[in-house]
Amino acid sequence: MQGHSTYTPGTAFERWLDRRLPIVGLVHSSFVSFPTPKNLNYFWTFGAILSAMLVWQILTGIMLAMHYTPNDALAFASVEHIMRDVNYGWLLRYGHANGASMFFIAVYVHMFRGLYYGSYKEPREVLWLLGMIIFLLMMATGFMGYVLPWGQMSFWGATVITSLFGAIPVVGQSIVTWLWGGFSVGDPTLNRFFSLHYLLPFMIAGVVVLHVWALHVVGQNNPTGVEPKSTEDTVPFTPYATLKDIFATSVFFVFFAWFIFYIPNYLGDPDNYVEANRLATPAHIVPEWYFLPFYAILRSIPDKLGGVICMFGAIVMLFAVPWLDTSKVRSANYRPLYRWFFWILVIVAIGLGWLGAQEPKDWYVFISRLLTAYYFIHFLVILPLLGLIETPKPLPPSISEAVLAKTGQQAHA
Amino acid sequence: MATSTPDLADPSRRDFLYIATGAVGVVGAGALAWPFIDQMNPDASALALSSIEVDISAIQPGQIVTVQWRGKPVFIRNRTDKEMQDVKAVPLGDLKDPQADAARVKKGHENLLIVVGVCTHLGCIPLGHQGEYEGWFCPCHGSVYDPSGRIRKGPAPLNLEVPAYSFLSEKVVKIG
Repeated sequence: MQGHSTYTPGTAFERWLDRRLPIVGLVHSSFVSFPTPKNLNYFWTFGAILSAMLVWQILTGIMLAMHYTPNDALAFASVEHIMRDVNYGWLLRYGHANGASMFFIAVYVHMFRGLYYGSYKEPREVLWLLGMIIFLLMMATGFMGYVLPWGQMSFWGATVITSLFGAIPVVGQSIVTWLWGGFSVGDPTLNRFFSLHYLLPFMIAGVVVLHVWALHVVGQNNPTGVEPKSTEDTVPFTPYATLKDIFATSVFFVFFAWFIFYIPNYLGDPDNYVEANRLATPAHIVPEWYFLPFYAILRSIPDKLGGVICMFGAIVMLFAVPWLDTSKVRSANYRPLYRWFFWILVIVAIGLGWLGAQEPKDWYVFISRLLTAYYFIHFLVILPLLGLIETPKPLPPSISEAVLAKTGQQAHA
Repeated sequence: MATSTPDLADPSRRDFLYIATGAVGVVGAGALAWPFIDQMNPDASALALSSIEVDISAIQPGQIVTVQWRGKPVFIRNRTDKEMQDVKAVPLGDLKDPQADAARVKKGHENLLIVVGVCTHLGCIPLGHQGEYEGWFCPCHGSVYDPSGRIRKGPAPLNLEVPAYSFLSEKVVKIG
């Protein structure tokens, strides 16, 4: 691959700088001359969309922190102060709260893209693992951010989720007390969650740098799953990928703007507009939508420790995917069986999400158990077995030939 | 007679110094880490609020009074004779977390049950006089407790916690 920079310092200053810190060359080779497979579809723009969301969340978050008060007596009122008094405070808060949802929509598309096209397979395992670490950090950040408005759902969500650690034998209760800084969720908890909620996005940014670095070492996967073999198969990152990414990000932000300006509370819970009350539990505690599939798994197990193990196990499955999938063929386009199981997994994940929002009664519990069992069977049984029994379709010799076969055109002379 | 040449023939002396230096470094890092970790534990002001005194004389039979202790609700339940008979009649073998009712109350005050009002599943507050045994019912994930605060059904693993308490007089209970 033509990974190395074609950059030559032009001016005397660039030559001077290049000998001391070759940063212009680094940017040039990473974001200008970097070869991208020419058959990438729009699912490959979600990396750029996610980067834009991270920048947006950090910017709006820093501005919100200028007006927010992390104290149990003042937090709820300070959020209302942001909404009513602060100039454009409503835009910052709605933008930040809905931004978290958009961030998760984009990350789930990005992850399912990786699962469909086998982007986690050799040599991209480390790239995938770094992505999973980002996902974990995002979940921690999202959870702690949701506690800050100090509404009923903030308080009781924090209580339920921190209590999960109480399931750990022997030391569980000490860990929970340590996390709370008291004998229940309270002011110390809110204060430390604010501190960590501010810290974690910068840790995410750090791991994103590693993620992009790993990506640029192994190169991008593509819809055929066949590695680029010649310069015929790739186009330079700039202008091709750059402009496509900017276009896709713009479209995504139109979708995002629809939420901010027309349905800003659609994804939120009305109970969170009631201030936290430690003596009254809301009738129905639900986490934010992006945690619902994992919450459904937690609730479907009729044992406290078992439920917690399964919930974290669901995420461990994703970490282990590169080693659970035994097929050498990356793209599901050439895997007639896996393709079906992929879509079943998508439906199961959405189904678990829906069940996570329902009250745990009657047949809901039974269906939750069924889907939970299937989720684990997909990763632990189906994925390893498919690679052994499936006959993949013949792979195209190269990306170029796949593209030409699809469009039915002859290579230009 | 000192020489600046390292004593290559006898590496054990130098190895000892490396290991000893490393060990001191590890102990030092650990000693410094502890304050950084412990600062998150409950502080002196949280610990100072660790006991309350409650006047129980006005609690009628069948009534549950909720008081706040360490930021958590505590249920004080003046149980009726029927409730006490019911919970005493339950064989210990039927219980998920076997404990006799007598072990959950103070002698001479068997009618008075004092428990922390936090579900042992994931920390919600159970509702009194509800559920199959008319003890408590947790609306979050459906745990059912009897009038002794013992877990009977649902995902919670343990009985409602009995806090440390003592009778200062016939009328006043000190919790904590």
